[in-house]
Amino acid sequence: MNNKIENTLFQCRAINKEFGNVRANNDISINVRTSQIHALLGENGAGKSTLVKIIYGLLQPDTGSMTFSDKEYSPKSPKDARALGVGMVFQHFSLFEPLTAFENIVVGLDKELGEKELHASVITLSESYGLEVNLSSFIGDLSAGERQRVEIIRALIQKPKLLIMDEPTSVLTPFECESLFKTLKKLASEGTSILYISHKLKEIADLCDTASVLRKGAIVGEYDPKKMTPRELGEIMVGQSLFEPKRPVATNKSNKVLSVKINEVKPDTQFGVTLKNIDLAVYQSEILGIGGVAGNGQEELMQILTGEKKDRNVSIKYMDNDIEMLNPRERREIGLAFAPEERLGHAAVGNLNLLDNSLITDPKKRFQKKMGFIDFGELNAYTNEIIEKFNVKTTGVSALASSLSGGNLQKFVVGREIGQKPSLFIVNQPTWGVDALSAANIRQAIVDIANTGAAIILISQDLDEILEISNKVAFLTNGNLSIPTNTMDIKTDEIGAIMGGISD
Amino acid sequence: MFKLIPRENVSPVLSLLGPLFSVGLTMIVGGILFYFLGVDPFAAIKMIFWDPLMSETFSTYSIPQIFIKGAPLILIALGLSVGFKANVWNIGAEGQYIMGAIFGASFALSLYPLESIVIFPAMILIGVIGGCLWSIIPAFLKVKFQVNEILVSLMLVYVAEQILALASLGFLRNPDGAGFPGSRNLNQYTSASNAEIIVGTGIHLGVLLSLLMVIFFYVLLFRHSLGFKIKLLGNSPKASGFSGDNSNKLIFLCLTLSGSLAGLAGIMEVAGPAGQINIDFNVGYGFTAIIVAFLGRLNPIGIFFAGIVMALTYVGGELTQFMLNLPAAAIQVFQGMLLFFLLSFDLFVHYKIKLKGNK
Repeated sequence: MNNKIENTLFQCRAINKEFGNVRANNDISINVRTSQIHALLGENGAGKSTLVKIIYGLLQPDTGSMTFSDKEYSPKSPKDARALGVGMVFQHFSLFEPLTAFENIVVGLDKELGEKELHASVITLSESYGLEVNLSSFIGDLSAGERQRVEIIRALIQKPKLLIMDEPTSVLTPFECESLFKTLKKLASEGTSILYISHKLKEIADLCDTASVLRKGAIVGEYDPKKMTPRELGEIMVGQSLFEPKRPVATNKSNKVLSVKINEVKPDTQFGVTLKNIDLAVYQSEILGIGGVAGNGQEELMQILTGEKKDRNVSIKYMDNDIEMLNPRERREIGLAFAPEERLGHAAVGNLNLLDNSLITDPKKRFQKKMGFIDFGELNAYTNEIIEKFNVKTTGVSALASSLSGGNLQKFVVGREIGQKPSLFIVNQPTWGVDALSAANIRQAIVDIANTGAAIILISQDLDEILEISNKVAFLTNGNLSIPTNTMDIKTDEIGAIMGGISD
Repeated sequence: MFKLIPRENVSPVLSLLGPLFSVGLTMIVGGILFYFLGVDPFAAIKMIFWDPLMSETFSTYSIPQIFIKGAPLILIALGLSVGFKANVWNIGAEGQYIMGAIFGASFALSLYPLESIVIFPAMILIGVIGGCLWSIIPAFLKVKFQVNEILVSLMLVYVAEQILALASLGFLRNPDGAGFPGSRNLNQYTSASNAEIIVGTGIHLGVLLSLLMVIFFYVLLFRHSLGFKIKLLGNSPKASGFSGDNSNKLIFLCLTLSGSLAGLAGIMEVAGPAGQINIDFNVGYGFTAIIVAFLGRLNPIGIFFAGIVMALTYVGGELTQFMLNLPAAAIQVFQGMLLFFLLSFDLFVHYKIKLKGNK
């Protein structure tokens, strides 16, 4: 007992924080012990971010107290927090792209240090923790993994006793994840405590010593992730039992639904990705997963597939018809359906109500009477059907799309597309930012239509999602698509090797 | 300094109150302005808003006049509102209005003194085409070269005004007009006259058309898929593209539709109440219609009422000029204030103000 108290590095007691009517943190108490990797696990909106912002001094709690190294701790700003020994690496990088890696580290310092001295200590740090970065490279030229290493060095140079990592793996390839985990384990073994925020259950089991689970702003409990299955942990996180969708079983190899060949397609903007050497085919009742880290051509490929971007260098065959020059509406009319990644402002419009949002994709003019007049009866019925079937939580069909939560809007968008009974459904990031239960439901819905004969192209940065439900997988790296392989045959280290091409 | 923060919930009640609020505030601030111009503010405001409708002396003349002055405002504002909904900003309706009038009048006067029943409908059609052609210029430049339609359409107003001067002093000048500028009076040319349809009131075909158009645009915007496409484009060009719409076609349509309606208003006016093409036959309806469109919340029914209110300020304004010697410019300031207060009110409906520095 005594021993345990001595080991406590950071403690918060009964932290409360409200935003308007929302209680983001409700009586939260946690104990982070020295040399431990402590997971903070919870769904989007569970209150993780609010809590770490309080710890890092970005927010002040309404009530509650914190101690750090047995002293009262109430940082008024991140600068206070850093001075007392708390460092943080954000999910979204806060680096200056036109500066070099080294300059970014210098800029981030609170105290002035001699350049030579600093350079030496940065090199020591990066060598001893496996944080390889070319210090003279400009940030704009670095991969996500390298940028994260710069962020970590920037945090470590101040010698924190507590390092907060906010969803660090969301932008990394499996290979980069591995090396990050090694770094974190080494740091922990040398006495640094790490508060590790994530909703990815498998990595928490691999990495963390203990996990505090947050649900709806309150602590559910503290668990040992090594002694639990990811599924058990997930059910605690969600608060109800979860099911795992199973990939479709009966791929009909004789019925090719779509084949796409791209030699080279240049991006519209200088920040886009050039698509090269893409050759894919998808069959009836098959889910083809397209994995890869964000920004490797997913958005560009999606635009080519929907018809929002047309290019002569592309050949798309859909059931023996050349469709590369058709616009999205024409493609929908012959049986395709799409759900792009961006929900608000692309797949749906926040300022419009759900009825109008149903009208955005209206193949076969189901909601039109003669001469283009809108059939509000049909439209109402269809919109209500989506809401009911997909359990969309909303006040009704006249609610604005912006009033729905991310998960509910995604259910609405996927429902709207699936309700059209497409022969081919192309979806990008269907469960991004969606709570675990809704995510499972969305995946199940996708599998269901595949089982009734639809072909699916599932573009996703969530590797677990792809491995869970797709029959075949291919990976986008820098605009190139790897050759699709059967999901059952592929091994995780192979995936790392395929995707790894991006990082260096 | 202070900072504007978007409100999460925009109150629909407040948003509807905006036009009423701005009319009220315009009355107060306008009254103060009138006071400093040496005019009794209460008498002036009463004369603008009350006398045209209620006074026994004026109302028999004024009430039909409100509809006559409201008609071009409503016609033009309806066309503009469709574009504004799609984020397409035709600011040059005044120019399209002038060109509609010149086209139609030129056609009719070139046939003078031939009499035929086809002249009147053909003249209207050609007037519409004239307005449409003038809006095709910004539409083409916008779609083809992404040139800002606000600038092009606005600049073309001044070009149209020069052409109007050229027509009045040159190719359309009345040969029997003793050298005065201005064309023949179309009201004296039976086949081309947009004569009154209710005897003794001056109410002409354009008034009837403006009312029909209110219904037509209501159906278009709220019941037809084209209205939805326009709304979608205005809200999110990306979602519009995802839906499969060609934004260039829609932009072209919005601009030419508003140009055509401005042209229609122009030919109706020149063949009716104005009677002749003259240097100053245009009185700024094309610009005032922008205020009407916003005052009416880009909604056809709202535009109808806004057009009537705005026409009231014209008719009442004339009364105050006549009875109280209030300068015409004062009435224009008065009209401008309406839009100014409406836009400021909207700002506070959609944003809250936070002082910077303190937490």
